[in-house]
Amino acid sequence: MKLSIYRYDPDQDAKPALRDYEVQLEHSDRMLLDALIKAKAQDDSIAFRRSCREGVCGSDAININGKNGLACITRIADLPEHVTLRPLPGLPVIRDLIVDMTQFFKQYHSIQPYLVNPEAPPERERLQSPREREALDGLYECILCACCSTSCPSFWWNPDKFVGPAGLLQAYRFIADSRDQATSARLDDLEDPYRLFRCHSIMNCVDACPKGLNPTRAIGKIKEMMVKRTV
Amino acid sequence: MSALPVRRFDAVVVGAGGSGMRAALELARADLKVAVLTKVFPTRSHTVAAQGGVAAPLANSAEDNWHWHMYDTVKGSDYLGDQDAIEYMCRRANEVVIELEHMGMPFDRLESGRIYQRPFGGHTQNYGSAKMAMRACAVADRTGHAMLHTLYQQNVRANTQFFVEWMALDLIRDPQDGAVLGVAALEMESGAVSIFLAKATLLATGGSGRMFHSSTNAFINTGDGLGMAARAGIPLQDMEFYQFHPTGVYGAGVLITEGVRGEGGYLLNKDGERFMERYAPNAKDLASRDVVSRAMTTEIKEGRGCGPDADHVLLKLDHLGPEVINQRLPGIREISIKFANADPVREAIPVVPTAHYQMGGIPANYLGQVVAPEGASPEAIVPGLYAAGECSCVSVHGGNRLGCNSLLDLLVFGKSSGEQMAKDIRALPRPHRSLPQGAGDASQARLARLDAAVSGERVAEVAADLRRTMQAHCGVFRFPDMLAAGVAKMQAIAARAGRVCIADKSKVFNTARIEALELENLVEAALATVVSAEARRESRGAQSRADFPERDDANWMKHTLWYKEASRLEYKPVHLKPMTVESFAPKARTY
Repeated sequence: MKLSIYRYDPDQDAKPALRDYEVQLEHSDRMLLDALIKAKAQDDSIAFRRSCREGVCGSDAININGKNGLACITRIADLPEHVTLRPLPGLPVIRDLIVDMTQFFKQYHSIQPYLVNPEAPPERERLQSPREREALDGLYECILCACCSTSCPSFWWNPDKFVGPAGLLQAYRFIADSRDQATSARLDDLEDPYRLFRCHSIMNCVDACPKGLNPTRAIGKIKEMMVKRTV
Repeated sequence: MSALPVRRFDAVVVGAGGSGMRAALELARADLKVAVLTKVFPTRSHTVAAQGGVAAPLANSAEDNWHWHMYDTVKGSDYLGDQDAIEYMCRRANEVVIELEHMGMPFDRLESGRIYQRPFGGHTQNYGSAKMAMRACAVADRTGHAMLHTLYQQNVRANTQFFVEWMALDLIRDPQDGAVLGVAALEMESGAVSIFLAKATLLATGGSGRMFHSSTNAFINTGDGLGMAARAGIPLQDMEFYQFHPTGVYGAGVLITEGVRGEGGYLLNKDGERFMERYAPNAKDLASRDVVSRAMTTEIKEGRGCGPDADHVLLKLDHLGPEVINQRLPGIREISIKFANADPVREAIPVVPTAHYQMGGIPANYLGQVVAPEGASPEAIVPGLYAAGECSCVSVHGGNRLGCNSLLDLLVFGKSSGEQMAKDIRALPRPHRSLPQGAGDASQARLARLDAAVSGERVAEVAADLRRTMQAHCGVFRFPDMLAAGVAKMQAIAARAGRVCIADKSKVFNTARIEALELENLVEAALATVVSAEARRESRGAQSRADFPERDDANWMKHTLWYKEASRLEYKPVHLKPMTVESFAPKARTY
């Protein structure tokens, strides 16, 4: 398998370049991350993030032949013989495949990503019916890998002002929670030409999400709620 | 050595998994200045991969109470767990789980609106009756993910200060009285080292599962806190007790939760026999993990394994139906399809026992205070140092941990250590102690050696040998000759690890350097494990020796303490006396 890997070390390189690696695969190498680790065994200076290697921690999001995904759950069998790996687009590169995710997390933090309920909690759990809990499915599973937001042209243009699909999915996760009491404050915060309304339903986010989540649908629900509360 | 920049905090927490973040939350809420150092962004910590649930006797579906939970935990530990700490944990279980619900954790629900609970291995009703308890509070099969994100969210709310992608390198101790004054740490992005001076330092660095070739653990689980403690002269406790989870995906090692068996799945050998009925007539597939892993290994060894190489068994769950699988076990369906090419709705999942959890660790009491022998006391408090979560040994898991007790452990002891740290910090004088001469020198020397080395073995080669050695010599079943050879091999590997060379000399996000530093930590954890295993001449919990197949309470009901210095071993008594209830006396352990 041939990997062309984006290489850039600000310590030594004037500009980034693609470097080619020929990797001998073994039977046990199933995922792209296995191939990437093989390449690193040849050249230990290739820098990338990885941790759980099973698609739950969100560390190894990269751009694979033009599409964002997690290296650890991208099957080699589903890839062509020659694969080009670049850092996630739209964020500053720190080194090689490692991007600076500050802006991405800033947007996540901006939506008050925690349950707000000013009432004193009961002694036992707050009750929630299975139906109410079901409303959180497809939302809470987000792993903050940034595959979606960094595939979104609106986020590329305004990463400082547009919350982006990942942040908006989480905003809706709390709006949809029957235990949360800050819906109207959350909607107020998002009622802004940039924060929410930069989403033009391009749906790259849906295509990119390695967990099969649908930020566009969540954004649509938020927009619907805004319309409803004005009439 | 050059003087390092110094940052001052009330408390430093090393690690942002479940226990570190639970402690940080307690400290931030107490209005203390706390720094959390983490190698990876907090939600990438390995707690995220926990699947099946967190144990608490909420009794939402069936009768339950902390006494039963305590009994199961003591029995599960094969009577090596400290009964005071176990009582403490079980009594605080409901409180910490309800708190999480209040924080927003999206637990699955029962029709009553209460938290959904499922059965789990070794958790029974009425002191070990044949009836299983419903004690595992679950968020589908993503409980760890939901818990880690909830704890991170609460820390965002509390304005906890995170130092993301900072790797702690070494503890700094006051040579006068051994008090821990903080850590030296490396900022990965810049390559710069700083000293974090603190009145209380918590190690919450997780396990060392990467010491085995076949492991459910993330790449980051390299025993960093264990290495730091060992280098600072602090012993590691009960490291021979390493848990092999019965169901890792064959060939890939990825975890398949015990919750599959909790929901009604079971194991089959090549004859289609539900073989656990022979090994554990009551609990069957929900016996303790050590029992199930040994049974599977025996089936494979005796030629009843599945597949062309007869080297795994099958986990059948298609009879649960697509609805239960999609609602309760969606994550493992995804994993099985991706890593085993098997859709569990239709076909069984090929599984093998896989290295999973370190019962041992840095010796600590139930308030999180690190303790070590000093003078006449086997458990003198090390001032300023705390440990919680998988890197610690409290010891609530003893020789074998029950499923769902790890997430409970990190909540209870994350919280109690945060509480204790806040209390201790308040009792100390306002100004920090001054740094001793040469603080940070040892860390800088290690980095300087890596920078200067121009020839030597590659990190990946030495690490691969370490993993293969531990896998072959210190697995589910242990043999005297293999253990002795394993000790010798690990000593040679430790020497090689001190001579590795990295080609990457960049200051910026040098992952080769991080991996070299991780290898040094892994070496300490692996040495402690194999040396302690070789010395313990009995079978108990996860330690199963061919030459000493029985538990030997007369000689071996004691905790091991391994010191880095000359790989020396000491032993200390088990706390058999609980806090308020009667002791559970050791008896034969059957399920």
